[in-house]
Amino acid sequence: MSILDLEMKIAEIETKLNEISSDNHQEIEQLQQQLHRYKSRAYQHLTAWDHVTLARHPKRPKAREYIEYIFDSFIELHGDRLYRDDEAIIGGIAKLGNQSVTVIAHQKGCTTSENIKCNFGMPHPEGYRKALRLMKQAEKFNRPIITFIDTPGAYPGPEAEERGQGHAIAECLREMSSLTVPTLSIVIGEGGSGGALALGVSDEIWMLQYAVYSILSPEGFASILYKDGSRAQEAAEVMKLTAQDYLNRGIIEKIIKEPTGGAHQFPQYAFDQLKDQLEGYLLQIKKVTAKQLLNKRYKKYRLIGEYDSLNR
Amino acid sequence: MGFFLQRQRKLKTSTPKRDINEGIYTKCESCKEVIAVMQLSSNLEVCPTCGFHHRMTAKKRLESLIDPGSFKEINRRLHTLNPLNFPGYEEKIEGLMEANDLNEAVVTGIGKIAGESVAIGIMDSHFLMASMGSVVGEKVTRLIEVSISRRLPLIMVCASGGARMQEGIYSLMQMAKTSAALAKHNDAGLLYISVLTHPTMGGVTASFATLGDIIIAEKGASVGFAGRRVVEQTIKQKLPDHFQTAEFLQEKGLVDLVVSRQELKQTLAKLIDLHEGSEG
Repeated sequence: MSILDLEMKIAEIETKLNEISSDNHQEIEQLQQQLHRYKSRAYQHLTAWDHVTLARHPKRPKAREYIEYIFDSFIELHGDRLYRDDEAIIGGIAKLGNQSVTVIAHQKGCTTSENIKCNFGMPHPEGYRKALRLMKQAEKFNRPIITFIDTPGAYPGPEAEERGQGHAIAECLREMSSLTVPTLSIVIGEGGSGGALALGVSDEIWMLQYAVYSILSPEGFASILYKDGSRAQEAAEVMKLTAQDYLNRGIIEKIIKEPTGGAHQFPQYAFDQLKDQLEGYLLQIKKVTAKQLLNKRYKKYRLIGEYDSLNR
Repeated sequence: MGFFLQRQRKLKTSTPKRDINEGIYTKCESCKEVIAVMQLSSNLEVCPTCGFHHRMTAKKRLESLIDPGSFKEINRRLHTLNPLNFPGYEEKIEGLMEANDLNEAVVTGIGKIAGESVAIGIMDSHFLMASMGSVVGEKVTRLIEVSISRRLPLIMVCASGGARMQEGIYSLMQMAKTSAALAKHNDAGLLYISVLTHPTMGGVTASFATLGDIIIAEKGASVGFAGRRVVEQTIKQKLPDHFQTAEFLQEKGLVDLVVSRQELKQTLAKLIDLHEGSEG
């Protein structure tokens, strides 16, 4: 049974429990036992594919909800000054406590019409160019930058190619690596490929507990390596794409705890967990000089890679 | 991470050595004209009839660009591991090493172009489509660092299917690593010329390949981020033949110039000469 089927079963039993008369002790007990069984199956032994499913869950909170809950007085800024405003990436200035920060995020929609507007969180080059413009602005005014990553990937359409998708991403990578202000990226849902990394070359990378981050979608990975996109579940296991995998491998710095069953079950819990960590981090990062930041950031990415040396 | 281990290489003898020169005649991939292998080879793998640029090995590319006897390879021994324990990956790499007489998909070193020293990297698409895993990313990064410390112009002859799937997130992060090194190279005021050859796609396009001060595309090369098939699937339509070609990219303002293989060395030499003494 997939995690979504289990979720439905759980909801069914919970509804029954609410409807049942309170003196029907025997049935209540039976239902509660059932509920317990399903919950432990659903949430205790999650496969990699379960993580992918939760990360893409239609009800999972989106970047804008995090931003509105966590920050004060967020003012959204639009456009790349070159072509148009890409709503797959949103950005602006906000306050956390008394600290001004620049916030940049991939934005997925909650409804179909929202998703059409923000292209399911898949940016065009102008989205990345807007992000870069806002990063440079943050650097000028010495504001820390916080990015929220949640995208299936950069949009693979003909106009995106014509306007230089590769170049737009590459420039983000290069420029982020040398920004003189503190930078932090949080993967809140799906971190898909170069389109995710373009907002992710930061001092630290955090992930929500059930978020995933990968070189390509498991479907894409399976279609390239197994020549069969339907083997995505198997691919997800091989790809080692969960927050815990990356923490173990030293790729990310922190996991933000989610409520049982995923952030959509109780969004405020995830927001509060993240807000709490963010406040602490911003205080701590104030004491670090720009030079120290740059050295540490360069070293973080410089050291990623697994290889050895031949004897001949 | 990023550890070194001296390791006894497992020798694998079952893969037969492929000899591309075993035939005397071959067919042009584009116009299907029959050409003598020797003739094609001496014409830099360019079809004498239709001008189609066939893929070239790194070794041949080096011979075509670098002054004879001037090339010194660096970091040749860096060797790929299997960080995700992807089934069959080590065997695949061993087989490609044997078949191509290469240790990985990029050859890096210092050499001379028309008498001027350059740091140069050449990707070889015969090696797993020159996809970028840890070793490719590390060799390119070390080349950039050598170029900075010796204050040499940097040239990357790119060709790649993109990031290497088998190494997962490690491959993705090579995009960040190489781009960060290029930021330092840029700050040092040094010249970086990127040459895009057929095919340059995905994570390589979205990192060092498109960060050149000057970007040259080789005639007819396909260059893009998303592959043609993926784009066609997205819009459920066929794309015109010239989509993502070097000429298309120039028209869209994405590359500085398109040159034929025969003109490449001369063009690089001119550009290097034009920057002589002007590097900050």
